[in-house]
Amino acid sequence: MVNLHTNLLGMSLDNPIIPASGTFGFGGEYTKYYDINILGSIVTKAITKEPRTGNPTPRIAETQAGMLNSIGLQNPGVDHVIAYELPKMKTIYQKKVIANVSGSTIDEYLDVIKKLNEVDNIGAYEINISCPNVKDGGMAFGTSEIMAANITRQCKKIAKRPIVIKLSPNVTNIVAIAKAVENAGADGIALINTLVGMAIDLKTKKPVLARKIGGLSGPAIKPIALRMVYQVYEAVKIPIIGIGGINCCEDVLEFILAGATAVEIGSANLVDPCICKNIIERLPCVMEKYGFSSIENLIGGAHETRNHRL
Amino acid sequence: MSHLVVKANDLIAFDTYKMILINALPHRPGQFIEIKVSDTMTPYLRRPLSVADYKNGELTLVYKVVGLGTKILSTVKPQSSLDVIEQLGNGFNLDTVEKNITLIGGGCGCVPLLFLAKELRLRRKTIKFIAGFQSSKDCFFVDEFSQLGAVKVITDDGTLGTQGNVITAMNHIIESYYYAVGPKSMLQAIATISKWGQMSLEERMGCGFGACMGCSIMTSQGIKRVCVDGPVFNTEDIIW
Repeated sequence: MVNLHTNLLGMSLDNPIIPASGTFGFGGEYTKYYDINILGSIVTKAITKEPRTGNPTPRIAETQAGMLNSIGLQNPGVDHVIAYELPKMKTIYQKKVIANVSGSTIDEYLDVIKKLNEVDNIGAYEINISCPNVKDGGMAFGTSEIMAANITRQCKKIAKRPIVIKLSPNVTNIVAIAKAVENAGADGIALINTLVGMAIDLKTKKPVLARKIGGLSGPAIKPIALRMVYQVYEAVKIPIIGIGGINCCEDVLEFILAGATAVEIGSANLVDPCICKNIIERLPCVMEKYGFSSIENLIGGAHETRNHRL
Repeated sequence: MSHLVVKANDLIAFDTYKMILINALPHRPGQFIEIKVSDTMTPYLRRPLSVADYKNGELTLVYKVVGLGTKILSTVKPQSSLDVIEQLGNGFNLDTVEKNITLIGGGCGCVPLLFLAKELRLRRKTIKFIAGFQSSKDCFFVDEFSQLGAVKVITDDGTLGTQGNVITAMNHIIESYYYAVGPKSMLQAIATISKWGQMSLEERMGCGFGACMGCSIMTSQGIKRVCVDGPVFNTEDIIW
């Protein structure tokens, strides 16, 4: 009997499969395709202090084995999310969710966390540090060890739940950023967010996206994401959530072996709304094929030494 | 999502194919589907295609080959099966009390108008079609439209019908309630002439079923997703 269970940030997950932020809304669009209670957990759409309408369209471009997005954190703002989205989510998903928190200034992150602290169906916060820090020339929080550590420390001080920091891969040294957030008190690390990319339309001779650049996701980025998870695992002791181009059971297992305690699946949901359900159902069979009996025993198995606390 | 079997996939105009899928769920005029054109990673996203007609489980699509995805789709043989997300979009609101209706289609905008016209005829409406194409080789559905109402065909180069475009053909007047589908520039021009109608909009989509916020537009009713809250909107609500 194969065991898919995994312990993550104090949440006992039935399986390591978690839809990524921005690809699953608050769950409601997927209930017509399957019972989403099968999922280990769900990361909500990014929640910001004020409502955001996001970027002008086009916000989506297709690339080889992937896609670009420049959605721009469109969400109704924390007050509406607490009043409407999270209670509605509770009626369709009975387990704890991971609330993604985003912002333009540290104070905005703290305002959101303080309000979300009072909501009961949240198990952890995923802090999105790929957002531009408007108080620092628009450089993303996650691009410097100092900024990443600072935002982690301040969020940790007021969060009533574990916080996982979602790292940007658009950095020179992601291991250094990972160590910095661990030292600053992060309970976990999620990586990677999207890579910055572009597509150009030959008919208009202009970039496809209205904002010109966007985040690249999908199978094309998996080797980069996998490498980063592997390297970060060697550098930190806190649990890792692996994200990046996962679209089948084999991909999931690669990330677990690289050091992930759980994984997030993002773009694949857009292409196949049933992907997470199909992966959860097929995972035992694929694990049996390779002689794996449990997810927990597999974590970090690709390394010479597995030195994590679970 | 469903695996639908291809009954036919035939060339009906220049680079334009009509595909019939069977065992489909019921659809309404103005709805669309998201179709996976191949099992490979490239193309990555599904392709959103308008429903041209639906009856008794048979779904008709008409599409133009404009890139890799539609090129692959044009090679799919009958008896193949395709992975389809069905019943997407709000469809046209058919509840207008008006008796005289104008249907305006620009190029592939004519695709959803066939099913729409059939349903409006069942409601005893009198229909006038204004169908614009680049050239006579691009024209499709002209015969089918002629069975359902008066048809005015316009081509950019004058090789069929009147020479010009949909806007010039209407002499900048639209006398009746209308439904319009076509390029954004055409719709915007129609909106300046008359707001008494509905339009089907297009945006690049991620998922096509409302989860990713890729296709959001601003309307007088607030921010809306073209794939779920649309693609059909009242012209008066659209902010250009």
